[in-house]
Amino acid sequence: MEDPNVPVRIMRSPLGRAQGLGAARHGVGHWWAQRVTAVALLPLSLYFVASVLILAGATQARMAGFMAKPWNTVLFLCLIAALFYHLSLGLQVVIEDYVSHEGKRRGGIMLVNGLIVLSALACAVSVLKLAF
Amino acid sequence: MKHVRAAQMIGRNSEGDLVSRPLSPFMIGTAYRAQMSSMTSIAHRITGCALGVGTLLLTLWLVCAATAAQAFADIQGLLASWLGLLMLIGFTFALFYHFCNGIRHLAWDSGRGFELGAMHRNGWIVLAASVILTAGFWLVGFLVW
Ligand code: HEM
Repeated sequence: MEDPNVPVRIMRSPLGRAQGLGAARHGVGHWWAQRVTAVALLPLSLYFVASVLILAGATQARMAGFMAKPWNTVLFLCLIAALFYHLSLGLQVVIEDYVSHEGKRRGGIMLVNGLIVLSALACAVSVLKLAF
Repeated sequence: MKHVRAAQMIGRNSEGDLVSRPLSPFMIGTAYRAQMSSMTSIAHRITGCALGVGTLLLTLWLVCAATAAQAFADIQGLLASWLGLLMLIGFTFALFYHFCNGIRHLAWDSGRGFELGAMHRNGWIVLAASVILTAGFWLVGFLVW
């Protein structure tokens, strides 16, 4: 159990180390997904900011014309996916930090995720409806 | 009181009355000096949550656009009002701050810019960049509008 190359005693089972699971009982998946969505959001949020400037004061007809361009449809759908996924991961961490009661914590995360799924679908369907 | 931890949060003030001890946010300014590290960290969290609220506005905007021409005209009018613009200025600042500080986070994750001096410096850069980006956005915004 002790690694001769590591000068400290490792207080974890070999299986636990191999699986890489810590006290949170899950691996680096959550952390990594937060970084991947953050990197995706770097260009996507700049695109969003630019598109909002283009659509300043727009009528519905101009908005629909904008969304009907294939690149805009695709980029908006990518933005919506990355944005809401990143938000879900982020708010989960915030709730875990502040809500110590297990039931309320789990319930809160589920409630927030439910709202996020609703919002994300409403956004995606709206973009598609404008585009087609 | 169910937990030992909760019991430890009870103390007596100088009059001898039982009071709950102040948690760290209430100590800022009195016992705890605001620092670049903690302030930019909590600001990242606050702006992230604010942007979460902002996604509700984004949803409303897109749903209105997909519903009817009049509904979209109404929300565009609302956003162009003083209250709407104030809200949008807040959201753009939150986005630019979270964007810039997000880059700082990603740099830290790759092991860069973590020394005390560098952390202090890039914190100021993030703050200045968010203000400049927000001002630039609205300058262009009012020009193209
Ligand atoms: C613009 C590009 C963005 C980048 C580069 C970015 C980057 C990041 C990073 C690196 C973290 C992890 C910070 C940590 O470990 O404490 C994070 C957290 C978070 N982000 Fe973003 N983000 C972006 C956009 C957004 C948007 C648009 C939203 C909201 C819809 C958002 C909401 C959040 C939330 C709620 C957290 C959790 C905050 C916390 O744990 O303290 N982010 N972001």
